[in-house]
Amino acid sequence: MKKFAVAATFAAALMGTTAIHATELEVTHWWTSGGEAAAVAEFARAFEEAGYTWIDGAIAGGGGTARPVMISRITGGDPMGATQFNHGRQAEELVEAGLMLDLTEVAEAEGWRDFIHPTSLLDSCTLDGRIYCVPVNIHSWQWLWLSHKAFEDAGVPVPTNWDEFAAAAPALEAAGKIPLAMGNQPWQSSGAFGVLAIAIAGSEAWEAVNIDKNADVAGGEEYARVFEAAAAAREFRKNSNVQDWNQATNMVITGQAGGQIMGDWAQGEFQVAGQVAGEDYSCLPGLGVNEIISTGGDAFYFPKLNDPEKEAAQLALASLMVSPEVQVAFNLKKGSLPIRGDVDLEAANDCMKKGLEILAGGNILPDGNQTLSPDTQGQIEDLMTEFWSSDSISAEDAQRRYAAIIAQAD
Amino acid sequence: MDRAGRPNQLFRNLNAKIASIPMVLTAVVIFTGATLWTVVYSFTNSRLLPRLEFVGFDQYERLWSSSRWIVSIQNIMIYGTLSLTFSLVIGFVLAAFLDQKVRFENTFRTIFLYPFALSFIVTGLVWQWILNPEFGIQSVVRSWGWENFVFDPLYNQSLVLYGLLIAGLWQGTGLVMCLMLAGLRGIDEEIWKASRVDGIPVWKTYLFIIIPMMRPVFITTLVLIASGIVRLYDLVVAQTSGGPGIASEVPAKYVYDSLFLRQNLAQGFAGSTMMLLTVLIVLIPWAYLEFGGKKRD
Repeated sequence: MKKFAVAATFAAALMGTTAIHATELEVTHWWTSGGEAAAVAEFARAFEEAGYTWIDGAIAGGGGTARPVMISRITGGDPMGATQFNHGRQAEELVEAGLMLDLTEVAEAEGWRDFIHPTSLLDSCTLDGRIYCVPVNIHSWQWLWLSHKAFEDAGVPVPTNWDEFAAAAPALEAAGKIPLAMGNQPWQSSGAFGVLAIAIAGSEAWEAVNIDKNADVAGGEEYARVFEAAAAAREFRKNSNVQDWNQATNMVITGQAGGQIMGDWAQGEFQVAGQVAGEDYSCLPGLGVNEIISTGGDAFYFPKLNDPEKEAAQLALASLMVSPEVQVAFNLKKGSLPIRGDVDLEAANDCMKKGLEILAGGNILPDGNQTLSPDTQGQIEDLMTEFWSSDSISAEDAQRRYAAIIAQAD
Repeated sequence: MDRAGRPNQLFRNLNAKIASIPMVLTAVVIFTGATLWTVVYSFTNSRLLPRLEFVGFDQYERLWSSSRWIVSIQNIMIYGTLSLTFSLVIGFVLAAFLDQKVRFENTFRTIFLYPFALSFIVTGLVWQWILNPEFGIQSVVRSWGWENFVFDPLYNQSLVLYGLLIAGLWQGTGLVMCLMLAGLRGIDEEIWKASRVDGIPVWKTYLFIIIPMMRPVFITTLVLIASGIVRLYDLVVAQTSGGPGIASEVPAKYVYDSLFLRQNLAQGFAGSTMMLLTVLIVLIPWAYLEFGGKKRD
């Protein structure tokens, strides 16, 4: 029987287009690092087991490189079968232009709204009451990763919140350490600022600025404290001459740096380096101040193909991606949190469990990608890059410019 | 003028005219048409997809109030001036040396021209490594014993442009040299003999006789270098990605980022229109002087 199956596969392959038994679907994404590739392979495996053919369209170089390629393929009339975007507004206009497949029927039939947690994930896939994407995981930014070795060397206890960290920074410097590791890429400084904002200004002020686009709050008292903290953090990170986030994480792993503000994807690096949470490193969600995490992450969109057979395959893939087994397999490999409240991640490590608890407790905010347009985010990135990389802009100036960007935001 | 004479004018060289129709169409439809389209849409509020909702000069106001754009313009001016000067001077001096009937001229020429065969991406990466303090020149010199030697232009906001310039010159001067060498070879040997008879020093001959005679070569070179400067993008992306901070941003990168990363077409169009305008401001007076006015002999 097996021989026959193999022969049949060969025959089908030989006949090429004439005998399409397994519908092919090209899936583009930017998951190319080791853990990411392993995670996406779980999707591919599940999809092939369901009797379809997964054509992997990985685009190297990260989202910034991949998204322009994906968008120009969709707008240029060469759509793929499915494509990754971050939750939120990156594909907003493509949906508005009617280029994406409506998934509402599958979603309603399977009751996505009942098990997808938090429901804000589904909301950012929704336009005018119709659902256009499948959220697959949750990544949160709000983590401070601390190196136990660095603090031991400096002779100070490992801090439990941002204030203690700031107080310990001079001791770290005296011991020849860089207090805060941060790569030079724009998204890292902009992300770190967002984390500080949630931790220091609190979730209400953050929501007022990022959701209601209230420029008064952005220029107000709470955010002034955020900018002061950021100006202090700018001093802490001064000597970290690295580009990529994982190089910065590596400085924390090796004890050259005291800590790093980075999303939960940094966890994979600690795991690969064989470090144990609580012994070699600590993670403080919400910088230990406000235990809140944002629920950004990845989602898949399905461009319209006008081919009923492919459309069926697209819908099948969509429903596979949210199924419990695939969610567990995928997220364990990816190091991210599942989008279902009803699956059990026993294999998760300490930091991941902390994240799951916060998630279950409902201390969550949407991600910047969900609330701000890519344009506004780009402007904030520009400002943050300038602010974090040189002392020439004071905290007040930066805040004034930030408020101006928020005032124009849409 | 008889009646048969008129159509003759239009149909003269008919084959050549027919043959040039595709190029004429390309120039009119693609270059001019797309340029006009870009300019028109720069006055709209298009985001990811173009749409005709006019907002006046809003995009330009935002462009010129963005400090990243201002820094980009300053950078391209500094880089442009230095790159133009140095590649012409170095290129010419190298060519003059090679023109002294040196041995292994071919070998030298190949060596100097070789970097030009590389793409800017490769050049940028190579120089990023060479200038990286951890692996590059700084660490080599430190390993020789100078422990406090510091050379990290790519990590210093005020030096990063010169780090780009080194890479740009390394790649570009070879071509300039070859063009100059060709120009020098085109100078009649008799002129050298005459200047020697008159006892004019060699440097004076170069400066006051040869260089003015090489005017066409200089203009060709100028155009080549200048167009390279305006579209400076890939070198920056490969070498510094605009950093540290925004210290090495360039206009072309601003345009690309707006168009494709930030999903703000109109802002990118406004940037590219400004770039075009700058080029025209330089080009039109020059073209007027060169081709208009009184004819040179």
